[in-house]
Amino acid sequence: MADALAGAAALPGAAAPAAHASLRGVTRVYPGAAPVHALGPIDLDLARGEFFSVVGPSGCGKSTLIDVQAGLAAPSAGEVMFEGKPVAGKVPDGIGVVFQEDASFPWLTVTDNIAFGLRRAGVDPAEVRRRVEYAIGFMGLRDFARAYPVQLSGGMRQRVCIARTLVLQPRLILLDEPFGALDQQTRLLMGDELLRLWRETRATVLLITHALDEAAMLSDRVGAMSARPGRFVDLLKTGWPRERDSSLVAEAGFGAITARLWSHLRAESLKAMGGAPP
Amino acid sequence: MSRGRAVLASRVGLIVGSIALLEILCRTGVINPLTLLAPSQMAVAMVDLLASGKVTPDIERTFSTVAIAFALSVVVGTAAGAVLHAMPRLRRALDPLLASYYAVPFFVFYPVLVAFFGLNEMPLVAIGFAAAMVAMAISTLNGLDRVPPVLIKVARMHRLGRLRTLFLVVVPAAAASLMTGMKLALAYAFISIIAGEFILSGRGLGYQIAYAYNSFDNKTMYGLMLFVLLVATAMNSLLHMWEQRLLRRRARA
Amino acid sequence: MSATLVRPARRRSLALDQLLIVLALLVCWQGAYAYAGSSAITSPFATVAYAISMLEQGWFWSNVGATALAFVSSLAIASLLGVLAGLGLGLWRFAGDVTEPVLAALYTIPKVTLYPLILLLFGLGLSAKVAFGVIHGVIPVTLFTLAAVKGLPPVLLRSARAMRLSPRQTLLHVLAPAVLPEIFTGLRVGFSLTLLGVLIGEMFASQKGMGFLILNGINLHNVKLTTAVVLIVVVTAILANAGLLAADKRLRRQR
Repeated sequence: MADALAGAAALPGAAAPAAHASLRGVTRVYPGAAPVHALGPIDLDLARGEFFSVVGPSGCGKSTLIDVQAGLAAPSAGEVMFEGKPVAGKVPDGIGVVFQEDASFPWLTVTDNIAFGLRRAGVDPAEVRRRVEYAIGFMGLRDFARAYPVQLSGGMRQRVCIARTLVLQPRLILLDEPFGALDQQTRLLMGDELLRLWRETRATVLLITHALDEAAMLSDRVGAMSARPGRFVDLLKTGWPRERDSSLVAEAGFGAITARLWSHLRAESLKAMGGAPP
Repeated sequence: MSRGRAVLASRVGLIVGSIALLEILCRTGVINPLTLLAPSQMAVAMVDLLASGKVTPDIERTFSTVAIAFALSVVVGTAAGAVLHAMPRLRRALDPLLASYYAVPFFVFYPVLVAFFGLNEMPLVAIGFAAAMVAMAISTLNGLDRVPPVLIKVARMHRLGRLRTLFLVVVPAAAASLMTGMKLALAYAFISIIAGEFILSGRGLGYQIAYAYNSFDNKTMYGLMLFVLLVATAMNSLLHMWEQRLLRRRARA
Repeated sequence: MSATLVRPARRRSLALDQLLIVLALLVCWQGAYAYAGSSAITSPFATVAYAISMLEQGWFWSNVGATALAFVSSLAIASLLGVLAGLGLGLWRFAGDVTEPVLAALYTIPKVTLYPLILLLFGLGLSAKVAFGVIHGVIPVTLFTLAAVKGLPPVLLRSARAMRLSPRQTLLHVLAPAVLPEIFTGLRVGFSLTLLGVLIGEMFASQKGMGFLILNGINLHNVKLTTAVVLIVVVTAILANAGLLAADKRLRRQR
């Protein structure tokens, strides 16, 4: 039953040496009378099964990065690849996105929300039921299966959205500040769940966050981005074991990682706020 | 929930109390019975009138006119709202017209409409349609404006086509506003058609009220007035309840 | 980002678009005239010419004056009553919750059916017209004001208390500016509906006013007169509303 969410393992060519997803020289400029250069140029290779986080000051183009990798927005220049094929104009099969805003459908129950994508894809009803039930249990939503989103807390609703993406068995999960609206304790616990989910599905994860501790605790690698136009100013490996959870915050190395991230971000955040580093 | 019940009880009390007060004032002669019938007498007059079947053709006429105008305005208004939403430049230019449409007494176009359609119910249909359609179009615009962009992104993530995005995401997300539009469209169609009949036409409930007034037939007049008020309130309450159900689900914490 | 900064080029294109819409309406009108003939409607050109000639007539202005007097009185009463009732019901939350659906239901009834009752109560003349304008305009003003007060973020009042403002200061510098834009919208809607009410009132039980002129024209088959007066009324209503709409948008932008 535990394989109900796992997509990656079943994929042929899992041992291929090429990056699972990659961005090459990607920029994004919003055209107009005064064009806004939002992102890049960015180069990034995500290894299969890797947990990669991006931190950066607000307005640095982090969300644009997700949109471009997902195929929700076209890059102004550069090349976006997923599983060896270029991403062009539409979200490729195998990519799932969880957004920062509450994206649950208020007119559907929790169960129907989670089953939404599977039903659209014409998956056999018995299989839909199996996967949805598993995801509901996995996300701790069992008591709310027939509730509407309006009856749930913000954290619960975000779980519904994660579950809705998860049942599609994506091999690359893109998360755009999914816990941005939640309180600190809930965030840490949701982080634990995310790690559990990542181990179980063996998917590749790209997480955008503004929380340094979240990035430091969850990731294999963290990329720190500059103020707009966003570029990577640092890529660091955390070296955590695959089996890990929020108790990492007590580790000696944890402080060093957040400190290094902050040393980059402090200057960049000041720039983003319009000030200069002292 | 006890506060909700208290509100409801007070509301019922307010309405019943007002009617009772009116009844007492009329019965004790504080209000001249030639001016206003007591509510109970109005109700009796209404029931007698409806039972006699005298006004049945007028009721059928008015309701069928309203129904046609309403159906047309919902279809055309929704389409017009969608088109305006897709064409922001046109929308901006039309904005002052849309905002002041309810200041235009549409029934003054009655003579022109008679010249166009002849002396049948079509001129009144057109008057009801004109008033209702704009309300529907504006509500559609509001609804489309409020569809959260992230839901469209979710649709794209699920690789839904245009049609499926429309029916599975956009329409449900805008349902409450569309419902508001229908509620307003029905009310405006009813109001302007009754007004048109009252002032200009020779048939329908509005005309019968005016006729009863001119021939000093207070019983018929107040019976019909009560009937119109009850029908309008019943229609409105029904749609209001449905709208509230949609809104409650829509509300976000 | 700079949505509030309307660039001159954009403003020019908006003016052009609106000109095109007016032209389109004129073409429709001319088409209607060509189809229905002069027994139903006069041509745009003839109507404007006649409307302008009316502007030099004393009888026209005395009718305008009658409507203006009734309208201004109705609007003043409807605004005052509506704002006061709305404020009261908004601050006394319980009463507001009790009455709001009742008011909303009253808003949707065909008020023209109440006309005989108004006539019986007020008799023919100015007071009936004013009463009719008021019953059209007062409910939207009340509902908008009520919504404005109800929608006031409680944190604003708490901030006022934290800054130790006096009740007067709170009312003047916090409450009023916070609810003003919404109330203004209510007054804008009330403006239009009051005008509508007064015109309907004049169509029935009045020997003066724009509404009377329209109905009189209809009854006497004086198409020239009806079309010209309708044109003047509609254009005035739309222009006044456009002006109020612009002021409304400015008020909201200030926030």
